[in-house]
Amino acid sequence: MGALTLTQVTKSFGTTDVIKGVDLAVEEGEFCVFVGPSGCGKSTLLRMIAGLEDVSAGEVAIDGVRVNGVAPAKREIAMVFQSYALYPHLTVRDNMGLALKQAGKSRAEIRAATDKAAAMLELGPLMDRRPAELSGGQRQRVAIGRAVVRTPKLFLFDEPLSNLDAALRVATRIEIARLHRELGATMIYVTHDQVEAMTLADKIVVLNAGRVAQIGAPMDLYNDPDNVFVAGFIGSPKMNFLKAGPLGLRSDALGIRPEHLAISTTGGQIEGRISHVEKLGGETLVYVTTPADGLLTVRLFGEHDHAPDSTVWLTPDATRALHFHENGQRMRD
Amino acid sequence: MSIARHSTSRSLAAHAVLILYTLIALFPVFVIVVNSFKSRRAIFAEPLALPRAETFDLVGYRTVLQQGDFLLYFQNSMIVTLASLFFVLLFGAMAAFALSEYRFRGNSLMGLYLALGIMIPIRLGTVAILQMMVASGLVNTLTALILVYTAQGLPLAVFILSEFMRNVSDDLKNAGRIDGLSEYTIFFRLVLPLVRPAMATVAVFTMIPIWNDLWFPLILAPSEETKTLTLGSQSFIGQFVTDWNAVLAALGLAIVPVLVLYLIFSRQLIRGITAGAVK
Repeated sequence: MGALTLTQVTKSFGTTDVIKGVDLAVEEGEFCVFVGPSGCGKSTLLRMIAGLEDVSAGEVAIDGVRVNGVAPAKREIAMVFQSYALYPHLTVRDNMGLALKQAGKSRAEIRAATDKAAAMLELGPLMDRRPAELSGGQRQRVAIGRAVVRTPKLFLFDEPLSNLDAALRVATRIEIARLHRELGATMIYVTHDQVEAMTLADKIVVLNAGRVAQIGAPMDLYNDPDNVFVAGFIGSPKMNFLKAGPLGLRSDALGIRPEHLAISTTGGQIEGRISHVEKLGGETLVYVTTPADGLLTVRLFGEHDHAPDSTVWLTPDATRALHFHENGQRMRD
Repeated sequence: MSIARHSTSRSLAAHAVLILYTLIALFPVFVIVVNSFKSRRAIFAEPLALPRAETFDLVGYRTVLQQGDFLLYFQNSMIVTLASLFFVLLFGAMAAFALSEYRFRGNSLMGLYLALGIMIPIRLGTVAILQMMVASGLVNTLTALILVYTAQGLPLAVFILSEFMRNVSDDLKNAGRIDGLSEYTIFFRLVLPLVRPAMATVAVFTMIPIWNDLWFPLILAPSEETKTLTLGSQSFIGQFVTDWNAVLAALGLAIVPVLVLYLIFSRQLIRGITAGAVK
């Protein structure tokens, strides 16, 4: 199928460097997610892999073959776009079959391939409709179907779920995960939503301002981040950062997940005032304003009654805390 | 309620202004059409009256259809207008696509250069154009007119179309590239259908001045077999005597094809506007 290697890949528009030397190896059959805040270059990187943007320096290789100058259609990739990008004048079947038709496949072959993809994505009854007659979720399934039909070496997804509503997003996310298991294909997936990244990925690439901040399995990034950026980006609600000095620790900053902060109404290490309480049923989020560290989030499991404006004390679980240098790098023991 | 009433009075005022404008704009057309059905005496006696039984006269239309080669003029006008329109839309859309789609050195400068023609009237170059046509032996051919009108229409076409093409989704074009469509297929099959309303706008703005033009036919192609309708109608206007019946009838007939073409394109125009608004 397809493995992807990026070697010191760089992209500049004029004098602005958007991608600043990215190295990455994606194994065959892996589900790799690029995640990062908007403007970090993740979509540009995906477009460079697709061949839609040219590479300023460095090398992109698919299956060990350098593809820098190869046209997108010849790279044996398929891409699913955020805006679906279905051809408005073609039916669902023709949308899905177009790439094969362009590649000169016979009519019977195209029919068989589209039927198979349609069965996989339950698109059967929609095959003769045009994109305008489909709902958002159906359009996205057709767009995925169009990618599946090609049996590409590499699937590229560019924020495919961000135009869908919350319920549909979860359903389609599960669909994509199932598709990945069934096809066993290599998939590269771009998103700004760290939940999508955590749930789908075998390997997450966190990008920050055109550089790789960290590469790793979802739980490795969650439990063992290399730097403040990754620690803050992965996990929801966000990790709390405390000034370590007052706590009598040797590091410059202390990162502590909201679930590892204990809350008490009688006493503890950090005094603060509750500014807001969110009850979600299964868990309760308490936002506490502290004089030294600003707003901290505490995550409690189950239902808890805390009144806003009351004074509480927080105590970090020292064994679960992460220590960081002043420059944002992790301080490891 | 006050808000609703306010908007009613506002839309009434807007409609009043628009109706007034329509009346003013249509008045000359009305006078032409009405008088073309009247006898010569009646035209001068009561220019604004509708034709009555005693004043009704088709002499103008008879003269036009018998005298002069009216059908040929008509055909010439049609060929020149449609051919120029075709080239303006084709080349204009292609240039607009290149300007909006590809990043290349001097892109915006090129766009500015192409748009310059909107500000400089092509008639300023009449003498040079005539010299060029004489040198290339194109005087008294329809080709000369088509070339000039294509040049005249291109700046506005490029300007309007490139604005619209910038709004066509990049994802769609990229999807086409990944599926192996050529740039020409992407242009003709994906992009052009999406900018159809803009094409209709450009078509209308391009077509009408070409159809109505007297200047270039008079200078570049005044021979009998290349006369356009507007130029042909001038033969009824003499230095001393003018056959008003014939002139009015010819002009009345000249309105019809423009009207038909306009109706074809304007439907696209309106569909484009509402499609964007209502989704």
